[in-house]
Order: sequence, then C-alpha cells, then structure tokens
Amino acid sequence: MNTDSIRAERVITDGAAGIITRVEELAYELKVGEVMTSPARTVTPDMRMSDVLALFRDFKVSGAPVMVNGQLVGIVSIADLIRALQENNTPAAVSEYMTTQVTTLEAGSPVIEALKLFAKTKVGRLPVVDQAGTLVGIITKGDITRGVLRALETDYQEEEVRKYRARHLFEDIVSDRTSLTLRYKIQQGDFAHGGNASSHIKRALVRLGASPQLARRCGIAIYEAEMNLIIHTTHGGVIRVEIEPHQIVMETIDDGPGIEDIDLAMTPGYSTAPDSVRELGFGAGMGLKNIQRCVDDMYLDSTLGRGTRLEMRIFLKPEEQLGDTNALADRAGKNGGMSQ
Amino acid sequence: MTLQDIIQQLDLAVLTQKTDFSTITPAAGYASDLLSCVMAGARRKAVWVTLQAHANIVAVAALLDLSAVIITEGAMPDSSTIAKANEEGVVLLSTQKPTFLVVGRLWEMGLRTE
Repeated sequence: MNTDSIRAERVITDGAAGIITRVEELAYELKVGEVMTSPARTVTPDMRMSDVLALFRDFKVSGAPVMVNGQLVGIVSIADLIRALQENNTPAAVSEYMTTQVTTLEAGSPVIEALKLFAKTKVGRLPVVDQAGTLVGIITKGDITRGVLRALETDYQEEEVRKYRARHLFEDIVSDRTSLTLRYKIQQGDFAHGGNASSHIKRALVRLGASPQLARRCGIAIYEAEMNLIIHTTHGGVIRVEIEPHQIVMETIDDGPGIEDIDLAMTPGYSTAPDSVRELGFGAGMGLKNIQRCVDDMYLDSTLGRGTRLEMRIFLKPEEQLGDTNALADRAGKNGGMSQ
Repeated sequence: MTLQDIIQQLDLAVLTQKTDFSTITPAAGYASDLLSCVMAGARRKAVWVTLQAHANIVAVAALLDLSAVIITEGAMPDSSTIAKANEEGVVLLSTQKPTFLVVGRLWEMGLRTE
C-alpha cells in the first residue's frame, strides 16, 4: 500500500513534464564524446564499394568515415552504397561515391550541437574529432537516443538507490535508540547562502521517507531559524537536526547578542531587523510565529550578551515514521489486527 | 489554467530554463514582498507575485514547492540567482507591470486561493 502511494506520487511529480525537461537539460550536459560510437569503422578511398557493403552488413553500420594516413578525406553512407548498387558498379572505388564535404563535430561539444547539425544538414551521421582534429568516433541520432536514455536511467537509479538506502537506515542499524544528526554552520550576514541548509535538510527528510507536508513544515521552521542566524546574530551559529524514526528535533545555537524580551520577540509584527535587511523582504516580525505554527514544541532560551538556543520538535504519527516506512506500516497494521 | 496560459496572457519573460509550462497547473496565488509572510501564507503549487529579486526568493520558492515566482516592476535577479533557481527547479518569470496589475490579471483569469 505504502509503496504504491509513494510510486504513484513519483509518477505525478516527475511525470512527463519532468522527463522532457531533463532530456533538454541532458542535451546540454552530455558531451558528444560520451554518447558517440568509438572507435568508428573506417574505410580508405581505394577500397571497393563491395567491401563497404560487406562492412555495413557485418558490423550493422550505415556509414563510415574515409581515411588516408589518419586524415579524414570523406564519408561514405548507405545512400552512396545504394547508388553504386543501382548503377551495378560495386567494384568501383570508394573515392567515386564518397562525399568529400564533411561536417565534423568536436568530442567536447554538447549533444545539442549534434542535434542542431542533424537538423540543419539532414545527414544521418557526423564524424567526431578531438581538439587536434583527429578522428575519435562517429555519432548518429541513435547514439544520442541511447546516450540520453542511459543517462536518464542512471539519474533515476541513483535517486532510487539513495532513497532506498536512506529509508532503511534505521532498520539496518541496531541500537537501543538510533538517530541521525545533521549539522550546518551558518555565517552572520551570508544572505547569498540563506536557505541552503534548509533545502538540504528538507531533501534529507524526503529521502528518509518524509511526506511532502512533513518536509514542508520542517523546511519552513528551519528556514526561519536559519535566516534568524544570518540576520540577528553576532557571528552566526550552528543548526543541528536530530532525526529519529518517531521525532525530529531541530536546534539553532548562537553566541550572541541574545534576545532582550522573548515575549516581545514572539509578538507578530515585532522585529529588530535593520532597514537594509527589511529591504530584502526580511524582518516582517513573523519568523518565530511561523516556527511555532509549524512545529509541535518550541523552546526558546536566550541570555542577553551570551546567546540564544532555539529548539523545535516535531513528533511523527505512526504512519509518518521515518526510516523503513513499509516495515513500520506493516507492524502498525498487524498490531491493529491483533487488538481487535 | 496552466502556467503557459499565464505566461502568454500576461506576456511574462521566462528567466529560468524553458520547460513545458502547459503541464504546470498553479493551485493558488500569493502576493507579498515579506518573505516570512510568504512562508506563512503561500500554498503549495502557488504562484507568488513579488518585486523582490534577490537569491533568497529561490530558497523560499523551493521550500514551499511553488509553481512559479513572478517578479514585478522590472526587477531583475542576478545571474547567480537564476542559476540557483535552475538548480532547484524554481521557475522565475518577470514583468515590467506592478504587482497590483499582475494580481488583478491573475484573478481575472480565474486564479483563486481558497
């Protein structure tokens, strides 16, 4: 049941749109050299077209670069071979039928360049050269399709393996009480990286099997706390998140300046943020209130001149437990059955 | 209504990677320039209208799983912000129009927040 709902959710979120996007990205990320066929089967100008026929048949290729002393002088394709066959002239030399105007591609170019060239030139294959101009392989549309599919599969498997490992983390380790601790150092004034720790924490929770709602609650709470360290502290501070199957404890600790009046700080709309920070959209005086709304338990301890410690706790319902969700759900199901 | 419809009808510039916006259906709307208000008020899959253009809008949009951010009054995020948005899968759109007009048009198009 649980597995099914997780799977269904992935289909919707990653759906067709996501895959199209990723394919487009891959066209820019993947290099020609990563998807080409290498080495290419080559021929020489003095070979006969009947030899070309044998090569194409034996190696199931549809084109071959024509080489003289390591230099690319042309390309011969199945279309050239058909012409020779029609003219009953297979004993003719390759040089009579080959194309000499050859467009080449550099192995380091992104695959998108190959796609553009295929669209522009209408050729079926392009020889691939290195920076020195030496032939290193050949690329067809089929190579690109295979390369992209391979990359997509790798992406998918990597994330699945990560999620699988994370979900079974707690199950595989035996102790009286197992927890996972994440720590992040936050620098005062580092707006450029504001929210990075929160994003990483949210992602970790999703991999551990947290529902989107749970990951969002934790994300909002920890983001507000992270921004407080960036905006309000003297030197910054640390974020510490302790994850257990039944609860998540998030904590921020800093060494100053401390909060003078905690009740006042908790009042919606109250903020001590300077104008420069308010211009960025912070300092609405909502941060601590947002945190309180998102977590089950919040504890704020501060000494003026010494620092502040904020502890946020989220308790997980039996069906939300992190670690091995399936095993826990099964156990809950069995217990329910026995009590009846 | 899809994000594609919104982009066309409001004539928005797409700042991040182009994807198939017709498969994204915004579920709500939210307008504020105060990030904590957005954190408190914006629903999942909402379109957020703001004139903030600095890097932290990306973190907010990613944490809230927003459908898109419409940056108003011609405010322009820097290239590192756009790169970060692409990394996080956040859609950034831009317009010269003020927030009030953008929200009005979205409302006319039928976008609601319950």
